Amino acid sequence: MSVLIDKNTRLIVQGITGRDGAFHTQQMVAYGTRVVAGVTPGKGGERVHGVPVFDSVAEAMEKTRANTSVIYVPAPFAADAIHEAADAGVGLIVCITEGVPVRDTLGAFHKVLALRGEDHPLGRPRLVGPNCPGLITPGQAKVGILPGHIVTPGPIGVVSKSGTLTYEVVKQLTDAGLGQTTCLGIGGDPVIGTDFIDALTLFEADGKTEGIVLMGEIGGNAEEQAAQFIRRHVTKPVVAFVAGQTAPPGKRMGHAGAIISGGTGTAADKMAAFEAAGIPVARIPSEIPALIADALARRRSRRRNGAPAARKPAARKSAARKAAARRPPARKPAGGAKRAATRPAAKQKAARPARKK
Amino acid sequence: MNLHEYQGRELFARYGLPVLPGQVAGSPEEARDIAEQIGSTVVIKAQVQAGGRGKAGGVKLAHTPEEAFERARDILALTIKGLPVHRVLVAQAADIAREYYLSIVTDREAHLPLIMLSAEGGVDIEEVARTAPGKILRHHIPREGLRPYVARDLMMKVFPDFAQAQQAAAILLKLNEVYTDGDCSLAEINPLAVTPAGKVLALDAKVILDDNAEFRHPDWAHWRDPAEETAGARLAREKGLSYVKLDGDIGCVVNGAGLAMATMDLIKHYGGEPANFLDIGGSSNPEKVTAALKIITGDSHARAVLFNIFGGITRCDDVANGIVTSLKSSPLTVPLVIRLTGTNEEKARQILSDFGLGATTSMDEAVRMVVARAQEVTA
Repeated sequence: MSVLIDKNTRLIVQGITGRDGAFHTQQMVAYGTRVVAGVTPGKGGERVHGVPVFDSVAEAMEKTRANTSVIYVPAPFAADAIHEAADAGVGLIVCITEGVPVRDTLGAFHKVLALRGEDHPLGRPRLVGPNCPGLITPGQAKVGILPGHIVTPGPIGVVSKSGTLTYEVVKQLTDAGLGQTTCLGIGGDPVIGTDFIDALTLFEADGKTEGIVLMGEIGGNAEEQAAQFIRRHVTKPVVAFVAGQTAPPGKRMGHAGAIISGGTGTAADKMAAFEAAGIPVARIPSEIPALIADALARRRSRRRNGAPAARKPAARKSAARKAAARRPPARKPAGGAKRAATRPAAKQKAARPARKK
Repeated sequence: MNLHEYQGRELFARYGLPVLPGQVAGSPEEARDIAEQIGSTVVIKAQVQAGGRGKAGGVKLAHTPEEAFERARDILALTIKGLPVHRVLVAQAADIAREYYLSIVTDREAHLPLIMLSAEGGVDIEEVARTAPGKILRHHIPREGLRPYVARDLMMKVFPDFAQAQQAAAILLKLNEVYTDGDCSLAEINPLAVTPAGKVLALDAKVILDDNAEFRHPDWAHWRDPAEETAGARLAREKGLSYVKLDGDIGCVVNGAGLAMATMDLIKHYGGEPANFLDIGGSSNPEKVTAALKIITGDSHARAVLFNIFGGITRCDDVANGIVTSLKSSPLTVPLVIRLTGTNEEKARQILSDFGLGATTSMDEAVRMVVARAQEVTA
C-alpha cells in the first residue's frame, strides 16, 4: 500500500507542452507512471513524449478516465488550472507551480474543500501544493518532480514542506536501507491544499507505513499543530526535523511561507513543540535515518512482546474524524469545530465516512 | 514586500480610508515646505521598517515649519534598529481621545482572512496578544465576503459610541477591499484613532503585500525602495535568486530553500557562521551560478564558500559549468568547497576536475570542510 498514488494512478499533465511540463512528463513516464493525457488549451491533438494532448481537462477526463492531475502551468494561471481539474472531477490535484498568489490559492482550496465535503478528510478531491515537489510511491508512480533514483520501497512515510531537502533526506534513508511507502512534498507556501495533519492522517491509515519522517521549516504554526495531532492521534513512530534554526526574524527564506514574524514561527519553538509531544527531533538531517530506524525497531519489539503501543491505541479510529473536525467550516461559526471534536468516540465511529482509495 | 507607512497611506487613501493630509520628505527643506502647506501642527515620522520608532526618537511633533525643518533634520540623521532613516513622513497632527487596533491578516491554518480588533491600540499588538489575549477580538471573514452588518456588529462590541462604531465599520469594509483587491497578506491600522470631536481616523498604515501577486499589480514596482536594497539583493532579485544576507563568514550557494536553510543550520552545527541564505532555485542556468558567486563575494565577509547542490531538476553539470565559467572570468580569493550529488553528477565531477577542482558527495563532510577552511583563513 501507499498514500494517494500507486500503480492505479492515471495521470493528466496540465501544461504538458511547456518546458517543465514536457521534461517532467518524460521523467514520470520513464519511472513507469501511467501518464494518460496532457492538457494545453489550443494544442489538442498533439503528442508529447507519446502522451496525447487535449484542449481541456474535461475532455481529457472523458477520453482517458484519469484520476490524478499534475499542474506545471505558470503562476498567473495555476489556480485556474486547479479549478478546472476540480470541476472536471479529478480526484487528486497536485500543483507544482511556485509563485501562486495566496488569494488565488485560497479560492482553489475552498473550491476543492467544497467538492469534497467537510467529513471526508481522506476523501477526494484533494489538492497537494502549490509550490511543492509532488509525490512518489517507490516502484509504482511518480507525480511531480521528485527524482526517481533516490527512492526505494519500504516502510517509511515521508512528508515535507521542502523539495531538495526532502531528496537529501530520502537519499540518506535509502542509503541506510530504509525504504519508503510514499514521499509527499506538501509545499512551502503559506496556504497549501494538504498539510502535515492531512498527511499524518493518511500515513496513519496506511497499512504499509510503519514510521513517519516529518520535515518542517520556520513560519506559521503547522509544525506545532502537527506535534499536538501526533501526540493525540498517531500511533506510529514519528521523527521530526525543522529547517531554519539559523534564520533571522522578518526575512523570507526562499519559500513564501518561511518567515519568522512577530517572534512566532521559529525553529526553536517548533522543535520544542515536537519534543514536548515526545517526538524525537533530529538536530541535523543525517541524524534522521538512525532515529527512525531506532523508533521502528522499538515498535517492532513492542509488537512482538504484545505490549500496547506507546501512544493511544484507539487513536487511529478517530484520527480521520478529528482531521475533519478541525477544519473551520466555511459558513458555520468556528465553535462548530470544537463541538464536533468533543463528540464521544462511539458516535465518531458511527459517523465515520467510508474511506475512499 | 513590506510597504513604508507613507506608501501604505497612499494605498489607504486610494480606497477612501480616512488619513490626514501628509507627504513624504527626503530632506529638512522638503519637510519645512510640506509643513507650511499643511499649515498646522505636524507630526514627523521616520520611514523605516522597524517597530518602536517613537521610542527611538523617530516620531516628533512640530508646531511651525521651522520646527519641522529641525525635527526632520534630527530624525533623518538617525539609525533605527540598524536602518538609516532616508525619509520622513510629514503629516497633519491629530488630537487623539482614544486609540484602537484594527488589522486583517491571512490565517494560514483556517485558510481565511482574519480580522483582529482591539481597544488596546497604539501599542505593540504582539505584546497585547502575549499579556492580554482576551483584549483582542478575532473574526474570520467567510468566503462569501464581509457583510456590512457583521462589520457594524464587530465595531459595536468595541466602540462605546454608535456613531463612532459606524465610522469604524466603514473603515473596516474599506480595509477589507485594500486587503483583498490589493493582494495584501497584512493590512493594519494602529492606531485607529478617535479625535475629541468623535472622528475616527487611520493614523498609521502597515501593509505587507503578497509578492506572488506582483504580476497583476504593475504599480507595485514604484514602491520598491532602491535605498533599502543592497547591490547584492538587487542582483539577486534581477536574476531570480532568493538571497538573504547574514552576519557570518561562510558563504553558501544551495539549490532549494529548505536545503539552503538546512545547510546554514549545519554550518552553525559544525561551529561556523553562515554569511547568507542563497537559493539558486530549480533551474540550473550557469548564469545564475555566476551571479550567485558575484553576490556572495561582493556583499559579505565570506572567508570560504560552499556549494551544496542536490541535483534533481537542477543538473550538476550545469552548476559545474557555471562555477568554472565564473572562476575563469573572476577568480575566487577565498577557499571553495563543492558538494554535488544527483543528476549528471559524474559529468560535473569531470568538468570540475579538468579545472583542478574537487567535489564531495556528502553534505556533512562538505560543511565540516568549509568550516575548517574558513577557520584556517581566520587563523
